[in-house]
Amino acid sequence: MIGIGIGFKWFIFVVAALVATGSSLMMVTRKNPIHSALWLIVTFFSVAILYVLLNATFIAVAQVMVYAGAIMMLVLFVIMLIHLEWGAQWKRKLSFAKLIGGVVTIMLFLQVLAGVFTYSDAGQKGVYSAQKLAQLGNARAVGTLLYGKYAFAFEIASILLLVGIVGAVLLARKRKD
Amino acid sequence: MLPEIPQTLYYLLSAVLFTVGAVGVITRRNAIVIFMCIELMLNAVNLSFITSGNFLNSLDGTIFVIFIMAVAAAEAAVGLAIFVLIFRLKGTVHVDDFNLLKG
Repeated sequence: MIGIGIGFKWFIFVVAALVATGSSLMMVTRKNPIHSALWLIVTFFSVAILYVLLNATFIAVAQVMVYAGAIMMLVLFVIMLIHLEWGAQWKRKLSFAKLIGGVVTIMLFLQVLAGVFTYSDAGQKGVYSAQKLAQLGNARAVGTLLYGKYAFAFEIASILLLVGIVGAVLLARKRKD
Repeated sequence: MLPEIPQTLYYLLSAVLFTVGAVGVITRRNAIVIFMCIELMLNAVNLSFITSGNFLNSLDGTIFVIFIMAVAAAEAAVGLAIFVLIFRLKGTVHVDDFNLLKG
């Protein structure tokens, strides 16, 4: 993000990162699936703030609209449709499987951490610097790339979405027999 | 004077979110909560893509994230339709009760 002070940037980053971590932890530990879904929306919003900080304003808007808007609305709708607010609740009981799972995920985290700290900033620098993006407009730069260089992949993605819609309608309709 | 926010911090946050999602997938037994945890893991990956793209002055990370979002949306539509079907059949979305493939 150009035009804001470095201290304010740090402030936004720390707050958004803490909110994202805290709300994702709340999402995993809540018993009621509706509460989980609402906490996940908070996580999506704070990740969208981080996208703005990373000069990806288009993705930030898409995050709020697609994830926090469309997908989570669908999830909440299904949770309410099948009445699982209070039935079949999670018991906070420590079983052997959960213990093993916890150990495995801690190992996974350590591995990812090792990757993070041994990462070296290899790779060529591209042409889309923050100044250029601000001058060009983020959505315009993304659109030029998406409809130009990646037009074929874009069409394939649209066919995937169409197949998803048809599949969902076909699965969820009432059977006659 | 503070330095720029290093990209390692963003990667660290991404790793934390991914691990929280993985813990959720392993410990929770409600299919819809597991689905939401998978969405969280996808989001963590998106964050690291955007970080790399930003620090390498490239838009390819953004393009990747757009496609991941498209796939996640299609997955949400089909996956939730399957949950509704299973609920109709078994009356629950508890993953321990899914034994439809058992002969």
